[in-house]
Amino acid sequence: MSEQALSNISRINPEDLLEEIVRSYPTKVARKRRNHMLVRNPDEPQQIQANVRTVPGIITQRGCCYAGCKGVVIGPIVDMVHIVHGPIGCSYYSWMTRRNLGKAREDGQNYLQYCFSTDMQEENIIFGGEKKLMAAVEEAYEIFHPKAVSIHATCPVGLIGDDIQHVAKMMSEKLGIDIIAFNCEGYRGVSQSAGHHIANNGLFEKVVGKDDIEEEGFTVNCLGEYNIGGDAWEIERVLERCGIKVMSTFSGNGSYDEMRRAHMASLNLVQCHRSINYMAEMMETAYGIPWIKVNFIGVKAMSKSLRKIAQFFDDPALTERVEKVIAEEEERALKGIEPHRERLDGKTAFLFVGGSRAHHYQDLFRDLGMKTVVAGYEFGHRDDYEGRQVLPNLKLDADSKNIPEIEVRPDPERYRPRKSPEVLEELKRKGLIDNYEGMIPDMEKGSIVVDDISHFELERLIETLKPDIVCSGIKDKYVIQKMGVPSKQLHSYDYSGPYAGYEGAVNFAREIDMLVNSPAWSMITAPWEKTPLLKAVPNKV
Amino acid sequence: MRKVAIYGKGGIGKSTTTQNTVAGLSEMDKKVMIVGCDPKADATRLMLGGMAQKTVLDTLREEGEDVDLDDVMKVGFNSVRCVESGGPEPGVGCAGRGIITSINLLESLGAYDPEQELDYVFYDVLGDVVCGGFAMPIREGKAEEIYIVLSGEMMAMYAANNISKGIRKFAESGKVRLGGVICNSRNVDREQDLIEAFAKKLGTQMIYFVPRDNMVQKAEIHRKTVIDYEPTHIQADHYRNLAKAIDGNDMFVIPSPMEQEELEALLMEYGLYD
Repeated sequence: MSEQALSNISRINPEDLLEEIVRSYPTKVARKRRNHMLVRNPDEPQQIQANVRTVPGIITQRGCCYAGCKGVVIGPIVDMVHIVHGPIGCSYYSWMTRRNLGKAREDGQNYLQYCFSTDMQEENIIFGGEKKLMAAVEEAYEIFHPKAVSIHATCPVGLIGDDIQHVAKMMSEKLGIDIIAFNCEGYRGVSQSAGHHIANNGLFEKVVGKDDIEEEGFTVNCLGEYNIGGDAWEIERVLERCGIKVMSTFSGNGSYDEMRRAHMASLNLVQCHRSINYMAEMMETAYGIPWIKVNFIGVKAMSKSLRKIAQFFDDPALTERVEKVIAEEEERALKGIEPHRERLDGKTAFLFVGGSRAHHYQDLFRDLGMKTVVAGYEFGHRDDYEGRQVLPNLKLDADSKNIPEIEVRPDPERYRPRKSPEVLEELKRKGLIDNYEGMIPDMEKGSIVVDDISHFELERLIETLKPDIVCSGIKDKYVIQKMGVPSKQLHSYDYSGPYAGYEGAVNFAREIDMLVNSPAWSMITAPWEKTPLLKAVPNKV
Repeated sequence: MRKVAIYGKGGIGKSTTTQNTVAGLSEMDKKVMIVGCDPKADATRLMLGGMAQKTVLDTLREEGEDVDLDDVMKVGFNSVRCVESGGPEPGVGCAGRGIITSINLLESLGAYDPEQELDYVFYDVLGDVVCGGFAMPIREGKAEEIYIVLSGEMMAMYAANNISKGIRKFAESGKVRLGGVICNSRNVDREQDLIEAFAKKLGTQMIYFVPRDNMVQKAEIHRKTVIDYEPTHIQADHYRNLAKAIDGNDMFVIPSPMEQEELEALLMEYGLYD
């Protein structure tokens, strides 16, 4: 299969393939979609269209603003009660579906296993749902006594104009706890990306910077790490071995208390650039914390990220310890991967996921000897593809302007530069801090990049390039498998994980080996290959 | 049964005109039901001698599913049946959705069933067609003939033109038609000529010109229609005439609303812009 895949790719001219795919569309759609695709060519500057409205009917994999806010960023915080104001489905279907794990801290508070909803009925739509929301907050408080509550707006709430910010303020005064409302109605913005931004704004304004407890040593926050299948715990294990203290994680296994003192950390580590870069930038402006882009997915990527952190702290003892940990962990991980690598070497992968994962997992596949031949984001922006240097030239369209941008200034009491201006300047020049180069520069010549992929494009690419595995989400997993190609969900990791860090890489290698080399795939005959789907019936005369 | 909806700019006199006209129809032995589609629930005040009506939505909220027609329908002047849809207080919830729910409930309670032997149902609808909910009576054939109340003032005509756009949209896919415009005079210069010309442009008719008379306000203060309060007054006859005109009306059209420039040109012609 894999030799076939590679020979397919070398035989097929990828530019011709993309042209052929869009030829099936109406002219206007073809023009639009063509701008969302490119064939990697390192010899010239390349631009891709991203973060714009999906063409209706193409069967996108994108989610909504609410999914980005409640489902991705706020939902994983373990010690807050997250109340969804809306009809029941929005809450139910965002309940633990991402498999963001979490544990209670010493206070025993963990509400992840609960699903809170105001269960709006027609009557609440007509007469307004504010009273029901107040009652829900009060009821949740009386039963659980959480230290903080979040309120998430769903589509109808925005349509009928329930003032959830006012409810949050009133109930916060009444109950004496933080209540944070997010106007993340599903229809805002073009994808879940809008919800990330709204969530970042809310957390920054209402949570971060409220508790000034100092912490000694090399302190960091892990931003954009959601603890899917326990990723954050593996990352923390390695960082702690190195002597690096994680003060807070945004937001996998996240804690409200820890986020309140996140501004005391020395450095922010940005994992998922798309969903959390707002927070990193705002914290840098307000508190003087620089950020570095890391990738903890993949053995080599993990080691590279650890070295970047050591380089920032510039402490000989820390650097020595980091190198020692890398040597030990790498040896063990590579040994664990080795038998799988033998069977996976030379195989190919497609990645359609996230606003960062399609980039991160390329490093891990490289560790396994596999090549990523097609990659794309659901909701990434141009900076996630091309790098942050495009940011000054990005035009804000009406959809982006719909998301409030908050004005941030240095905090008069808490702003504290972590390094001298000269050192910071030097680190910036080297590209170590405040920098992300995007996915495209990391991709090989001739590989394909597709943004917000349509279902048709997905099928055509699979049929033509015949990859050995497709990593995507639940919306297309089974369609792909019915084509006889194994598929791995990289949103929820199906039923498994962690995949981050050294131990995660070994888990991933084992599972990809089982999927790709399972004999089941060669035994599958798709239903349409056995019996025709349509039958001709002669007309009765 | 003829299904009539009265639209028009807010404050133009829709409820007053509707109730006075219905009073006229009731004198002609017509069996009529008025459905108020305004959250203020004041569309049947003159029929019931005050606001004694419990709204459909309030009843639904308090009684749950167990609602009888008698709970929401009261009988007023000359046996006219009165229903108020009701809705949320200002600035809350969705009144449009309320109207949809309310009309659906009335249907399921049998308010429109043949055994009710209704000759007319009148929907008195809040203001302009602001969103889907307020267009409910003209969607799905709830109302089939529309009358727009207006005056010679620019904003009233502007609203009437907009409402016509709404009617055209639904007329093309359904049975709803514009039956005419009713001029509720504000004593604007050349008002009758202007409204007649305006109606012609829309492809319809000015079905009646109701002159301005303080007797209307006087009767209203006493929570009555003019026909009820002062049956021999000339204004009562005007409403009787309007009722007859509607009863005998056979001109039902898909309106041809004007562009902004066309509307302004018309106003210019009749001297409103002097």
